[in-house]
Amino acid sequence: MSWRASSGLRSWLMQRLTALYIVIFLAVFAFVWGGQSITFESWRAWVAHPAANIALLLFVFALLMHAWIGGRDVVIDYVKSASTRYVLLIVFALGLGIMGLWTLRILLLAGTG
Amino acid sequence: MSATDNRPVFLNLLRIRQPVMAVVSIFHRISGVLMILSLPGLVYLLNLSLSNQAGFAQVSGLLTSPVFKVLAVLLGWALAHHILAGIRFMLLDFDLAIERGAARKTAWLVHAGALGITLWFAGLVFGVWP
Repeated sequence: MSWRASSGLRSWLMQRLTALYIVIFLAVFAFVWGGQSITFESWRAWVAHPAANIALLLFVFALLMHAWIGGRDVVIDYVKSASTRYVLLIVFALGLGIMGLWTLRILLLAGTG
Repeated sequence: MSATDNRPVFLNLLRIRQPVMAVVSIFHRISGVLMILSLPGLVYLLNLSLSNQAGFAQVSGLLTSPVFKVLAVLLGWALAHHILAGIRFMLLDFDLAIERGAARKTAWLVHAGALGITLWFAGLVFGVWP
């Protein structure tokens, strides 16, 4: 199968792999923080821990990929006009990109500072 | 004009009685879109909570306001429904509970489970139970 012809299958697989990671991360997160009283120090220390920091970065990547594939499908299904669809997808992709860079900055600052 | 142009168009979704499986599917989309729309707010809160003591206190304060509690419960429903429906879709991928009767049952389970989790979460958020 060529790269282009397999793009639907790649999205399908990516959507499921990212979903699995997201659910596992949320389960671990709930296990770690559920029922705990949370302070600024404990929260910041947890985010700064390399394992949590890397897991969070992966989580953000998985979440944004998942949001992109799902949101793209919704836009393509309901927006009929090609130009509107094009503009919406560009705005959506840019928005997710900004979310990603913003979160990357937050996590790296918390991880080093 | 061809004969096919005279076919009745009756696609008002509100007037079509949707099977419960279709409702799971559309709720999966609605909950997904809701969570996407909440992303900027969530990243903002994450940033504030990690910036300094005052920011963290500000986030804690925000989360005690009734408006944010209602939003949290709404997002809680979206997440619960999205995950449960997602698990159901993955089972269907593997041909599990694929027959109509079973698929209908799991669809009701998704709705009921999401409502149950949301009620529990709402009780937690509004301090009905500790």
